[in-house]
Amino acid sequence: MMGTGARELREDPAAARPEDAVLIDRIVAEFGRDRTRLMDIVQAVQHRWGRVSAASVRAIAQSLGIHAVEVEDMVSFYSFFSRERKGRFHVRLSKTPVSLMKGAAKVAQAFAAASGAAIGTASPDGEFTIEWTSDIGMADQEPSALINGTVVTALSPSDARSIIAALRAAPADVDPPVFRAPDPRVAALPQARVASHIMKAGPIIFQRRRRGDGVRAALGLSPESIIQEIIKAKLRGRGGAGFPTGLKWKFCRKSPGQQHYLICNADEGEPGTFKDRVLLTEAPDVVFDGMTIAANALGAQSGLVYLRGEYAYLWKTLQTVLENRRRLGLLGSNICGCEGFDFDVRIQLGAGAYVCGEESALIESLEGKRGAPRDRPPFPTERGYLQQPTAVDNVESFACVARIMENGSDWFASFGTRESTGTKLLSVSGDCAHPGIYEVPFGITVNELLDQVGAADAEFVQMAGPSGQCVAPKDFGRRIAYEDLATGGSVMVFGPGRDVLEVASLFTEFFIHESCGWCAPCRVGTTLLGRGLDKILKHRGTLEDVTALEELANTVTRMSRCGLGQTAANPILTTMRNFPQVYEARLLPYQFVPAVTLEEALAVAVKVQGREPVDETEPV
Amino acid sequence: MSDARISLTVDGTQIQALEGQSVIQACDAAGVYVPRLCYHPDLPPAGHCRVCSCRINGRINSACVTPVSQGMVVENDTPALNSDRRVIIEMLFVEGYHLCPTCEKSGDCELQALGYRLGMAAPTLPYLWPQRELDATHPEIVLDRNRCILCSRCIRASRYEDGKSVFGFEGRGIHMRLTVDGSALGDTAMAAADKAAHVCPVGCILIKRTGFRTPSGHHRFDKAPIGSDIEAVRSVPKT
Ligand SMILES: Cc1cc2nc3c(=O)[nH]c(=O)nc-3n(C[C@H](O)[C@H](O)[C@H](O)COP(=O)(O)O)c2cc1C
Ligand code: SF4
Ligand code: SF4
Ligand code: SF4
Ligand code: FES
Repeated sequence: MMGTGARELREDPAAARPEDAVLIDRIVAEFGRDRTRLMDIVQAVQHRWGRVSAASVRAIAQSLGIHAVEVEDMVSFYSFFSRERKGRFHVRLSKTPVSLMKGAAKVAQAFAAASGAAIGTASPDGEFTIEWTSDIGMADQEPSALINGTVVTALSPSDARSIIAALRAAPADVDPPVFRAPDPRVAALPQARVASHIMKAGPIIFQRRRRGDGVRAALGLSPESIIQEIIKAKLRGRGGAGFPTGLKWKFCRKSPGQQHYLICNADEGEPGTFKDRVLLTEAPDVVFDGMTIAANALGAQSGLVYLRGEYAYLWKTLQTVLENRRRLGLLGSNICGCEGFDFDVRIQLGAGAYVCGEESALIESLEGKRGAPRDRPPFPTERGYLQQPTAVDNVESFACVARIMENGSDWFASFGTRESTGTKLLSVSGDCAHPGIYEVPFGITVNELLDQVGAADAEFVQMAGPSGQCVAPKDFGRRIAYEDLATGGSVMVFGPGRDVLEVASLFTEFFIHESCGWCAPCRVGTTLLGRGLDKILKHRGTLEDVTALEELANTVTRMSRCGLGQTAANPILTTMRNFPQVYEARLLPYQFVPAVTLEEALAVAVKVQGREPVDETEPV
Repeated sequence: MSDARISLTVDGTQIQALEGQSVIQACDAAGVYVPRLCYHPDLPPAGHCRVCSCRINGRINSACVTPVSQGMVVENDTPALNSDRRVIIEMLFVEGYHLCPTCEKSGDCELQALGYRLGMAAPTLPYLWPQRELDATHPEIVLDRNRCILCSRCIRASRYEDGKSVFGFEGRGIHMRLTVDGSALGDTAMAAADKAAHVCPVGCILIKRTGFRTPSGHHRFDKAPIGSDIEAVRSVPKT
């Protein structure tokens, strides 16, 4: 059977053109011929040639002195690396329940009609490719898209038409693109803008302070006392899991190693979240302050920021911020004049893989491999990046660290609840009058939040993204806090007329697409969950199907290897629990209905034979 | 691995282990069979199949990747775990094409044998009918990806035992496939004598011209269920 097997390495049997091989070797040399920098190397190749061909894979492997299959293993994993050449302009539209409710389907059609490219393919003239992609972190300004890696937002169908016209008229690329610089033709579009939408600045995160205040405040403390302060503040990780940050640092610090590493998790892949984007746009220094304080506490000399590929547009500004900090003595050697306090930060761009937000997958990716999570133990705090003790913390967690140093742990702990101190940045989107960022104290109820965002008529709320839960009105009195409704920050609001099952189905599709494939229960299980839900959605399900789907969902939850698979069934399980009537309304009153209809089953035969079957039940 | 002795209980029975062993190694040594597919005693574990999942100190985790610790409490042979394991076996059946009666691995296949041992009748899950490639370019070896369960045994064997890296993965999620270090298997450094040619738990990597030599009824698992060899070493537990 012909198929997708070794297609990738075979498809393009020609060797890289000699001049390309020389260029690739130069790129590899630029990154020190270091295998762990494969992300940067492949990104540079993708950027320069618009794809990573089989010949390029071999050339990279040769320059690095590794097997081609190792490079292929990594390259083929990431959504942003492509084997085939895409259109000169590659449009990737964010596909989420929120983008669709804001009209993304019409925008997609407009892009397709204007460009002549069917969705998912390139236009015949090779100018445009129009595709869907997972949530790109713009839920507050959907419909949005990436065009050649640059974000365009708040799109209407007429925007789509004018963008295509403008790009068609844009000059052909003459010079090779400058690595990491945005495509100037796309950057010049009026739609290429991202608003921050801070709707409510709370008492902690968005306070204006001088940069470096937190770093200087920590200088007077021993590393142990810094960690003690963080423990006293009861800071819990803001990335979603809510693990106590101080405790993590304590474990990390006492793990032996040649070096300790510090990683800022800016992968922000959970659909509906965009608070890290806003934090890195509006207050990057407070995040770097937090990282520098952590470096002090852990004795780390290198910090890495893993920035999701969708946020590549932030690259240049963040580099400038880092430059300024080096100039001001807040990064580099002898920070703040403190002998021996050396720390610097490198930013690593991701390449379109939600699972790379999982800390061990993130580390694998940073080491230039596919983003498959690791088994634990050992934990990253024992053996993480390059097998050294590593602390991975969320962007917002670092911001909290800086504020704790500036104002003290008691002050910090005076906000929020007993178990969840401080404030939380919520990214609110969907059916509400004022989507955007809200900094609220932990303990606020869903109802209180809905009032603030202008969503009095909300019918359900997706809390913490697809991996969280679908909350029904009966639970709107519950509190947003680790001890009740936990969230990494994603809050999607759905008003009257929205279909719970359609939303669950889109989220299930998301997990199918983002499963890394390493382990069987998630790789196969997510696809089967999609099939099961689809049958019910299409009004072909029975009560037995619902029972079977629930059992399957529980198996996927119990048996999957990492947090992705362990939560991938949540859209189904939480909607089943909270909206059983929505399922029931779609069921057929039979014991068994086959998954395929007779027509579907016969379709191939009908096509081959060129005639319809004779229906013998019909009276002649 | 040091000589430090550790004791743990598996399904209520106390067993001894060495520090640094994984739960599955300790169980094997004690004659307790933990169902498994991707684990191979000669290779580093990779945790793909999750069939070896046990309830370890209250949490479900894979026995092949979890190191033993003193006083650890392991639940292995429970109806709930075996039921979840059976579902995973079913998933692997519907993910590929497994027409056992026509397969030369039948009777010697770990996937099929686990299906029997765990009481799988016919899969109740829908077949996924994937598109996969058969590679017969190598003079001595055939690669039928339709039966591949992505356990990475061949990848690990080639890399760590043969020092060749003939195999790797390609793609992600449900589109993940086994790929080779060249345009096709015949174009790689693979040899029939390689360890990688002899670790496949299913009928994906096969040596040409050896199929169907063993008559039915004389294969490994025709005579005894999978795991019997491990259970045979079990000493009578002391009371
Ligand atoms: C599938 C998956 C995706 C994740 N994505 C993110 C993410 O985008 N950002 C993040 O900070 N944490 C993410 N996490 C959680 C991280 O693994 C890790 O717990 C977190 O970065 C720790 O930081 P914190 O303690 O400050 O929250 C993800 C976890 C899983 C399982
Ligand atoms: S649960 Fe899913 S994402 Fe996690 S390791 Fe398994 S396949 Fe990969
Ligand atoms: S590989 Fe095993 S399960 Fe698959 S067809 Fe062959 S014998 Fe059956
Ligand atoms: S070919 Fe065999 S050994 Fe290799 S991954 Fe597939 S099933 Fe495992
Ligand atoms: S045998 Fe342990 S995960 Fe496969």
